[in-house]
Amino acid sequence: MLKIHMSRMNSGPWRLLWHLMKDNRMRYAGAVVVTAFSALLSLMPTLVVRTTVDSIIGNKPIDIPYWMEDVILRLGGRDVLAHNLWICGLFLLAISLINGAAVYMRGKWTAQASESTARNLRNMLYDHLQNLPYDEHVKAETGDWVQRCTSDVETIRRFLAVQLVEIGRTLFLLTMALVIMFNLDVKMTFISMAVVPIIFVFSYIFFSKVKEAFRLVDEAEGRLTTVLQENLTGIRVVRAFGRQAYEIKKFDDKNREYRDLSYRLMRLMANYWAISDFLIMFQMGIVLVIGVYWASQGTMTLGTLLTFMSYEGMLLWPVRQMGRILTDMGRTQISLARVKELLDKPREDMNEDGLKPDLNADIEFRNVYFEYEKGRPVLQDVSFKVKKGQTVAILGPTGSGKSSLVHLLLRLYDYQGGSITIGGVELKRINKKWLRQHIGIVLQEPFLFSRTIKENIALGNSRAGEAEILEAIRVAALDDVIQQFEKGYDTLVGERGVTLSGGQKQRVAIARALVRDSSILIFDDSLSAVDTETDAQIRRALKERRKGVTTFIISHRITTLAEADLILVLDQGRLVQSGTHEELIRQPGLYQRLWALQSQLEEELAEESNMECSAQ
Amino acid sequence: MNAYEEQEYTQSFNIDLWKKLISYARAYRKDLLLLALVMVVSGGIDAVFPLMNRYAVDHFIVPGELAGLWIFALVYGLLIAVQALNVWLLICIAGKIEIGLCYDIRNMGFRKLQELSFSYFDRTPVGWIMARMTSDIQRLSETLAWSLVDLMWGIAMMLTTIGIMLYLNWKLALITLSVVPILVVTSMYFQRIILKAYREVRKINSQITGAFNEGIMGAKTTKSLVREEENLKEFEELTERMRYSSVRAIVVSSIYMPIVMALGSIGTGLALWLGGNGVINNAISYGTLVAFISYTTQFFEPIRQVAHIFAELQNSQASAERVFSMIETEPDVKDSPEIIEEYGDLFTPKKENWPPIKGDVTFHNVSFSYKEGEEVLKNFNLEVKAGQTIALVGETGAGKSTIVNLLCRFYEPTEGEIRIDGVDYRKRSQLWLQSNIGYVLQTPHLFSGTVKENIRYGRLDATDEEVVEAAKLVNAHDFIMKLEKGYDTEVGEGGNRLSTGQKQLISFARAVLANPRIFVLDEATSSVDTETERIIQNAIQKVLRGRTSFVIAHRLSTIKSADRILVIRNGRVVEQGTHFELLRRRGYYYRLYTNQFMEEKEKEIMSQMR
Repeated sequence: MLKIHMSRMNSGPWRLLWHLMKDNRMRYAGAVVVTAFSALLSLMPTLVVRTTVDSIIGNKPIDIPYWMEDVILRLGGRDVLAHNLWICGLFLLAISLINGAAVYMRGKWTAQASESTARNLRNMLYDHLQNLPYDEHVKAETGDWVQRCTSDVETIRRFLAVQLVEIGRTLFLLTMALVIMFNLDVKMTFISMAVVPIIFVFSYIFFSKVKEAFRLVDEAEGRLTTVLQENLTGIRVVRAFGRQAYEIKKFDDKNREYRDLSYRLMRLMANYWAISDFLIMFQMGIVLVIGVYWASQGTMTLGTLLTFMSYEGMLLWPVRQMGRILTDMGRTQISLARVKELLDKPREDMNEDGLKPDLNADIEFRNVYFEYEKGRPVLQDVSFKVKKGQTVAILGPTGSGKSSLVHLLLRLYDYQGGSITIGGVELKRINKKWLRQHIGIVLQEPFLFSRTIKENIALGNSRAGEAEILEAIRVAALDDVIQQFEKGYDTLVGERGVTLSGGQKQRVAIARALVRDSSILIFDDSLSAVDTETDAQIRRALKERRKGVTTFIISHRITTLAEADLILVLDQGRLVQSGTHEELIRQPGLYQRLWALQSQLEEELAEESNMECSAQ
Repeated sequence: MNAYEEQEYTQSFNIDLWKKLISYARAYRKDLLLLALVMVVSGGIDAVFPLMNRYAVDHFIVPGELAGLWIFALVYGLLIAVQALNVWLLICIAGKIEIGLCYDIRNMGFRKLQELSFSYFDRTPVGWIMARMTSDIQRLSETLAWSLVDLMWGIAMMLTTIGIMLYLNWKLALITLSVVPILVVTSMYFQRIILKAYREVRKINSQITGAFNEGIMGAKTTKSLVREEENLKEFEELTERMRYSSVRAIVVSSIYMPIVMALGSIGTGLALWLGGNGVINNAISYGTLVAFISYTTQFFEPIRQVAHIFAELQNSQASAERVFSMIETEPDVKDSPEIIEEYGDLFTPKKENWPPIKGDVTFHNVSFSYKEGEEVLKNFNLEVKAGQTIALVGETGAGKSTIVNLLCRFYEPTEGEIRIDGVDYRKRSQLWLQSNIGYVLQTPHLFSGTVKENIRYGRLDATDEEVVEAAKLVNAHDFIMKLEKGYDTEVGEGGNRLSTGQKQLISFARAVLANPRIFVLDEATSSVDTETERIIQNAIQKVLRGRTSFVIAHRLSTIKSADRILVIRNGRVVEQGTHFELLRRRGYYYRLYTNQFMEEKEKEIMSQMR
């Protein structure tokens, strides 16, 4: 069985593991050496006891290798030792101390090697995921990815830190003990190994079979957690319908199911431990009884019997453990494959050697064509020019390509046709990092990190000082939000802190973009969740502030749109209208209809007061 | 930082807490006793094995006799059979206690959660409760069951071993046992710091999980801010701390083991030296020497176990504290004993005593504050006739849900009273009120299960026909029939296999089935397509008809059709009246209305273009 696993080591997943261990291979090699050394040393005390009992206290001839006999002779021979048995005792202590040192080194080196490898793997994953193309993150299955980065990495780490060492130790111990045992008594060796294969195979088969029971328990636990979670998140519904008793019944059902399955598993485990313990003790019993028989017949010494007994105690338990570890290796391989799958995704090309032009310049779109999927254009034939410092408003129904258009500017996606230039430089020739560093974008559903409000804003510009942050807060009309909290802008937000409303999040994101001091600012419908009054307040403040910053605003609010220098109307990926407010209100189209709403409101209000009059 | 951060562990041993925990385990008294017995026997037998060796050496090997070897083998076989049985019993019994206790405490916790008031859920994150209900309870029951196993075994084995050694040769025993106190002290010390070190590792590990989660969810933002390198640097600090702590934890254990081994070998060395001398002087037998050597090589194991348990107990104590703090929380809103006597409690309602409800609602001089000193309602008065519709209007976060929370008795007024059909609702049971109130949420919440089951949540004894009827009434029937398995379609966790609009319609059907006299609707702001919007509007009108309704309204049509509008700003009712009255006042409502008008129409135009 071991062989099958070893041969798989050549395929992908195990190669990844080998690669990951790169910097730590020497430490591992060191750990292997001390493991072997320590295995050898742990077999020694028994031999010392054996020689002492048989040949020093007793009077059997000394049958140990010559060089060791030499040591005894040098110490003054048997008689001196017999009168100074403390030397034997001391010898035991010495072996134990050296072995202790080896155990310590083994622990330390394995820990260093495996933990460094795990750290490297974590860093590698984090870095890799961050640098995947934007599109990957749009499609990302967060839960699954996190699982791969945490539990799968943990499985790999455990393999390196615990299981590999355990396998190595058992193998060394087994071979060395077998060599010594064969030298002492061949027949007895066979007898003392008689049940070992059965124990091993029994463990292996048991743990392969019991997987199913483990899975059932896990699933039942999952269902229990779901009921709990849904009850807690839906507590209002539960209360509103007075369904507490029903919910308790539901929970009890799942809880009971989980309990029963766990108990079933526990019974299986009880059988396993009882049977395998019995096998082990049975094996030791055989050795003891047959050994006693031979020893009393004089065909075996007392010391040899003691040696066999004590080796049995040292070997049998690890062998049983091996069965379990080998079944676990399949899991390690799966984990490695899952991690590898993430790492095999291609990274985004950052165009590191690209140009770094001044981005505070005119922008031109010329016949831009863009699609996510082949043959389904999202933008086509889009052309317009923006002067440096102008404000551009973009308007269009959902799915008309507004967001895609601004995403192209940051090269979060790449356009397939036409050209986009900033200050005459083609976008594709610009260093991506440089580009993004100089463009501030506020996404429609911004993400806040689990930090304080202030820290979240400072993410926009790590060099921003207190004054700049306060200024950004003022412009984003965050003051009143912050005042609500006891700790002001040091309030923790996100998962572990205060939950902000959509509009509040958007305002924090705006402040974050403002501290950047960008050449180009983009608001991707990022005021949609802010009420109209605050919206107006923010726009006023922005207007005072932005001097020479080219601004793109996606919005459907007429008041926002009307102020722009250039208004672009998109429909189904095409630029259908463009111009200033004055121009567009004279052309039939989306903009004009929006504009007409104003007067429609007046009419409506008038009509309603009429209705009221007639009602009275 | 946050009140719900991982709390620091109390160091001192809290006797009361353990007494309480043991009182929870009362149902398992017999099992616990049996388990203790099994462990004592098991520990005893483990300590007896070396004695068997001694017997074999002294009676068979040294004199070269074989008489009685069969009996010896038989006894040995019997011992291991008993021992194997012990192992089986101990796992079954301890497992039963652990799993059973876990089941009991979870049920108890869940029951408490159903009773607790909303104020509790407002200040306690769901994640915190989940952690208490899952891992903490698990750890607690685990510790209680398995610590007992290890403790009894360890103590039994230690005592038997010491007893036997003293019996065999008390002088040699005292000398070789001299290392035991050092072993005990070292073990206690090391087990504590080892556990502490691993706790640190676990803490950092959960931070790493958080960081991955955030890194992946925030990747788009990171990209737009070009923060990849800084993020990585911060993350690397975290993983480096993880590496350091993990290595430290392992190194500390790697120091402990050699020390224990060395101390053990001092014992063995002493036994070999002094015992060997004894054999040479014929003061003790070979067998005794052999037994002493075995004892000295194995007696650090029980000590290590017991030391480990004491360290572990401290850890579980923290879990216990948190679990009990939850289970012992008293709900703020409670029915008085007299009320429970009359109308029954949550679990055994006496529906036969429940008065019928008409649907008049009166807020009489109601004052209310979530936090002491911050009054959000003061002397608020409102008279609603059965069948009227009240719209609550205001910006997000203005406090519209306060009135609804009070009405549903999720909170109770700090002053004044709320009367249903002229009677203070505190004079009725909570369940009576809630059974008569329908509540549809802004973000509809469905439970895992089928569409049918979700609708039936409104009235558990409704027939299939009634379920379909309810669905038809709110125009949900058509889309349900188009689903793969119709009414038997699984909606997924939280209903996430359905669209928002579909979830809303199902939650309407659920409310209609319940057929409440009073209806609360928290209207959704989220945009759905025009067709769904129209269907939902239609459904709302049908649901509200003939019922006393409170609507947290966002849609103009709902607002305009209300009998009375309450305008709420900064948690207070600033204006109230009919739509016309309020418009004429040209105040805050007028502004809200015009804004809302623009919003809605703009959105309408946008979607029409498609």
